[in-house]
Amino acid sequence: MKRRDFFKSAAFAGVASVFSSKVFGTSNAMSVSSTPDMVAIMGGEPEEMLLRAFKELGGISSYVSKGDKVVIKPNIGWDRKPELAANTNPLLVGALVKLCKSAGASEIIVFDHTCHDWQKSYTNSGIEKAVIAAGGKMVPGNDESYYREINLPQGVNLKKTKIHKSILDCDVWFNLPILKHHGGAKNSISLKNLMGIVWERGYFHSHNLHQCIADAATFHKKPALNIVDAYRIMKSNGPQGKSESDVVMLKSLIVSADYVAADTAAMKLFSQVEPTELKDVKYIALAEKLKVGTQNLEKLNVKRIKM
Amino acid sequence: MRHLKHIRVVLALFFFLPILLFFIDFTGKLPLQLHQFLSIQLIPALLSWNIIVIPILIILSLLFGRIYCSTICPLGVLQDILAFKSRFFRKKNKKYRFKYAAPHNLIRYSILGLTVLLFVFGSSFLIMLLDPYSIFGRFVSQILRPIVIWGNNGLATFLSSLDNYTLYMVRQSLFVPLTFGISLFFFLLVGAMAWFRGRLFCNTICPVGTFLGLLSNYSFFKIAIEESSCTSCGLCAKHCKSQCINSAEKSIDDSRCVSCFNCISTCKTGGVKYDFRYKKALPKKAETLETTGSAKQLSNNGRRTFLLTSGAILTSVAVLNARSIAGKRDSIHLRKPIMPPGADDITRFNGQCTGCQLCVTKCPMEVLKPAALQYGITGIMQPHLMFSTHVFCTYDCNICSTVCPTGALKPLPIEEKKLKQIGIAKLRIDMCVVTTDETDCGACSEHCPTQAVHMIPYKNGLTIPEVTDNLCIGCGGCESICPVRPYQAIYVEGTRTQLLAKKPEEATKFEKVIDDFGF
Repeated sequence: MKRRDFFKSAAFAGVASVFSSKVFGTSNAMSVSSTPDMVAIMGGEPEEMLLRAFKELGGISSYVSKGDKVVIKPNIGWDRKPELAANTNPLLVGALVKLCKSAGASEIIVFDHTCHDWQKSYTNSGIEKAVIAAGGKMVPGNDESYYREINLPQGVNLKKTKIHKSILDCDVWFNLPILKHHGGAKNSISLKNLMGIVWERGYFHSHNLHQCIADAATFHKKPALNIVDAYRIMKSNGPQGKSESDVVMLKSLIVSADYVAADTAAMKLFSQVEPTELKDVKYIALAEKLKVGTQNLEKLNVKRIKM
Repeated sequence: MRHLKHIRVVLALFFFLPILLFFIDFTGKLPLQLHQFLSIQLIPALLSWNIIVIPILIILSLLFGRIYCSTICPLGVLQDILAFKSRFFRKKNKKYRFKYAAPHNLIRYSILGLTVLLFVFGSSFLIMLLDPYSIFGRFVSQILRPIVIWGNNGLATFLSSLDNYTLYMVRQSLFVPLTFGISLFFFLLVGAMAWFRGRLFCNTICPVGTFLGLLSNYSFFKIAIEESSCTSCGLCAKHCKSQCINSAEKSIDDSRCVSCFNCISTCKTGGVKYDFRYKKALPKKAETLETTGSAKQLSNNGRRTFLLTSGAILTSVAVLNARSIAGKRDSIHLRKPIMPPGADDITRFNGQCTGCQLCVTKCPMEVLKPAALQYGITGIMQPHLMFSTHVFCTYDCNICSTVCPTGALKPLPIEEKKLKQIGIAKLRIDMCVVTTDETDCGACSEHCPTQAVHMIPYKNGLTIPEVTDNLCIGCGGCESICPVRPYQAIYVEGTRTQLLAKKPEEATKFEKVIDDFGF
């Protein structure tokens, strides 16, 4: 081989390798079959558990690309301070915003269709402050004009619903619920958190709550991940809670792209505090029936980590 | 001396703008302390027995005349603004068109007398209708504020289509025809009077103006025409929006002068002066004014007919409203009205509230609405709670009782507010979706801050709501979210006397340490 040819081919190969890693980046991730279906972490602070989870899942860049519009949907339903565990932990929300920012997201939007006054909920939950400090943007969800109607062809009772346009228009979104007891739905985790992306919630309650929650999960644009905040959980008097006596520190985090698996795992964690029959949280089984996910954790690659 | 007018204008704006903005502000960003501007209004101060403000206002009037009407009263300032604006719609030579007019003594003293009499006998109906501050409050809250919100929402919709959320959508307050009608009527009445006749309303209908007019007859400082330097040019009378300067006789009707000082700054020869004149009262001239006044009275029939007709129209609107309520049959419509927290007792509250709408505009949840006939005819426009989806009384909010200037709502510390029983939830279990559809719901319990509404086992693993009366504070969270429509399966019945609910018990704390995932 002539020297010139060698340089030529070497340069070629070099360019090709750079090229291939860009183009075939996704196939690269797929080939790493050891990426877990679920990561469960216990014993850390919210931010360190989140970072650890993403490390196990191949890093934030496997979910967020440069220039992406990202939406994060925590539970900010109530005008309650963080210690009462009625809303997602602000430290966790802030940490996720920061992480998306580091992955080069062009915009990170956070919202919820709140039950209490939206401004008070945003402020007193501590979430607004954490999000803005981390470089994200809070967006209102208090008016029907922010929502657009979509069809749910696989829904049983809920055939169409109005969903917040920031979710419809984003590149990727994260579902960020908190694990709570719930007077109506028994428990509120990632599937129940979907009620905060829709406008007409009264319909859910009057048309079989559990079925409607399961139907909402058939929404075609699935979150990249469900990140269940179980740092502080509300064991009783949910979803608002009355006092800090309703709160239990579990210092845990459950992360999975599968709604049903995330909720099943979260319920097993919850049952150690407040024994609850999984079958009574009916929307979980109903969602599985609609092929949204699986309750069978044995079949999944679950990574359990204690910090 | 000429600067007196400018000082008056600055003072007027100093009081007027904060009051106006406080009523309009729908963001809740303005400090609640601004309600102090309203506590110094005469009627609210009288109703709440404000022993600091009442003497100050009386002394102020005895010293300087009716400067209250020119500066502190927002309705007075609004009229000045309207009269000022009207100038731009006139031909150049008619811009300053006022001329002396006799007082309508019969009307003004009858209205004042009737208002006082009714109040002594326990009804504040006329006070509510005629208090200038409350008329102003209703004008802003019922007419001006909705327009501002409408503009905001239009702009917010436009911006949000560009992904800009600096402005956000604000819910329009519920339209209550009766309150709107009365507000509009008074606005048109006051507006027309101000546009054509300056301070005619203040000097004919307003009981506060008439009362302060009585005082200002005896005030230390007064405006008067100095014979020596007056050239009888009549310029002062043309500029007098109270129409109380008789330049031919070189006399001023002190009871109608609102101390706006326009005459002083307009007089070219310095013939009009504001000075210490306690002993220089001119009883003789005042007498002649009174006689000419009653002579002119006869020619005022047209105006009186107008007032009577409008009164009749209002009454018929009220009756119609009553009919439409009686037409609906569900027991939810026959419930006792729900008073705002701090109202304490329905008789006391109805007697003390002037329907100024301040609490209604400040309620962050917009659950407070002006009543139609829920409190009866004398309670129209007084606030009551009306629940609708997502609209209920916020658990740790006491804004309404904080801002109320008349003391109709007593200030409530937040811990007491959380226990104040403004009503009690009535559950109609046979209408509940758990009974009718045999599915889970629990929306009511979900929204209950005290868990007075809680879920108990029903059948097939279902749970059904139950109400513990002595824990319920009547916030309406349950009613607002109950999916059974149009008549909810759970609703709040107002209490006539607001007692304290039992403090909710806390859950038992979970002490064990969990160190396993459980899966």
